[in-house]
Amino acid sequence: MSENKFDAIVVGAGVAGSAAGYLLAKAGLEVLIIERGNFAGAKNMTGGRLYSHSLERIIPGFAKEAPLERKVVREKISMLTADSAVTIDYQSSQSGEANTDSYTVLRSDFDRWLADKAEEAGAVLATGILVDKLLVKDGKVSGIITGDEEMEADVVVLADGVNSLLAEQIGMKKPVTPSQAAIGAKEVIELSADVIQQRFNLNESEGVSWLFAGSVTDGCTGGGFLYTNKDTISLGIVCTLSELKHTDKTIPQMLDEFKEHPAIAPLIANGKTVEYSGHLVPEAGYNMLPKLYQDGVVIIGDAAGLVINTGYMVRGMDLAIASGEYAARAIIQAKEKNDFSASSLADYQRLLEESFVLKDLKHYQNFPAFMENPRIFTEYPQMLSDVMADMFTVDGTPAQSLLKKIMTHVKKIGIFTLLKDAWKGVRSL
Amino acid sequence: MRMTIEEKLGLDKFFVDEDYAHIVIDKDYPDLAEKNKLVQACPAGLYKLNADQSLSFDYAGCLECGTCRVLALGTVVKEWNHPKGEYGIEFRYG
Repeated sequence: MSENKFDAIVVGAGVAGSAAGYLLAKAGLEVLIIERGNFAGAKNMTGGRLYSHSLERIIPGFAKEAPLERKVVREKISMLTADSAVTIDYQSSQSGEANTDSYTVLRSDFDRWLADKAEEAGAVLATGILVDKLLVKDGKVSGIITGDEEMEADVVVLADGVNSLLAEQIGMKKPVTPSQAAIGAKEVIELSADVIQQRFNLNESEGVSWLFAGSVTDGCTGGGFLYTNKDTISLGIVCTLSELKHTDKTIPQMLDEFKEHPAIAPLIANGKTVEYSGHLVPEAGYNMLPKLYQDGVVIIGDAAGLVINTGYMVRGMDLAIASGEYAARAIIQAKEKNDFSASSLADYQRLLEESFVLKDLKHYQNFPAFMENPRIFTEYPQMLSDVMADMFTVDGTPAQSLLKKIMTHVKKIGIFTLLKDAWKGVRSL
Repeated sequence: MRMTIEEKLGLDKFFVDEDYAHIVIDKDYPDLAEKNKLVQACPAGLYKLNADQSLSFDYAGCLECGTCRVLALGTVVKEWNHPKGEYGIEFRYG
């Protein structure tokens, strides 16, 4: 390293940036990670659940030392109307075995831990510093500018999140549009570990992941989520920005009503809200991919829009970490060749394409469009609720066949409409 | 009893930069629908419509999500930047 020049500068110490920084430092590169928050994780928020596989590849056995909340052993999905819930509840003693484990996390602690790992590996972490601009020389990114200081590097890794102004400044990414982003709002609600275990039927250190669709978002694409942490619950809603036109409710109002829903209220009773947060989720997946590399720069994690939402599963952090790994591998090769041009860094995209990251994003590319179907969030939850009400109501009226009961409700939507939606849904997954 | 949004924001840790507004808006932007979008979507409820249909906005409780940037940059939102280093929201849980 020449004076004042790093091999790599990583902008953003979220999970993508720290994963990349960790691997680059471990390979002996001089790495600077710059974070605008006062510590890594200070600006970050998740629902949230981390699928472990991609971090496990980088730091085997990480779950033993990382600040994880609970291991998810139980999956729940509910369809809500304003006053009812139909829930699928899956639990298995096989859940979370070798490499399929996932954990609830809180980013403030988790990201700080991962950034510490990068530092231990030799990366330099500078916090409380906002990168204003990228340094561009002869069309090639060659460092960063903060205030009136310039810092040079052979390559810059943009891991600056969904609002990556830097990627836009150099034309790698178009501004995110309202149909490509969902707003998430979350409360962290404190309850004792005992109470959480009792209310959710969990053993110590076990957790539940619970997603909700239906009345939560008042007809808009989106839903609610609940994750159990050690002694808090993460409870929130997500709603696609362009969909808000279907309702007059505000985001804070949706969250308040969700908290008061009869399926939720008893679960959080006597809980104390200790934090409120909001964050954008880049949701359009494969169809919003930016240019992933250019001369002297690559883009990873949320900044690259690497998020998958399948309705029953939301993934961002495992993709972010994997993209950090592939970016690091491409940069390590580039360092060996001493060639940081676009053609050399193209290896990053090749590695992503060969991996689950772009394969999965491609696989689910039609799902975001499928979800923009208001029936999913209004008529189907109502239909399910009506069918259940019929099945479980005994009031002395003579019985009808179950099929007839169900068909009464299906006909309200139309059997062909339902079959068409089901077919489209299955095809897009 | 519902907590107000102000009470919720009161739980969060902010380092407010008194000298620099990282978001600048056109409070008299003529299109009402455009202003209402922000009133509806801002998770921190920082955009409020006044009786005279002008918009008031306070950057101090900003959660830095970027919603107003995505919805209205170039219309109501004139400038959108991250707060300077060290300033703004600091999540203790996240």
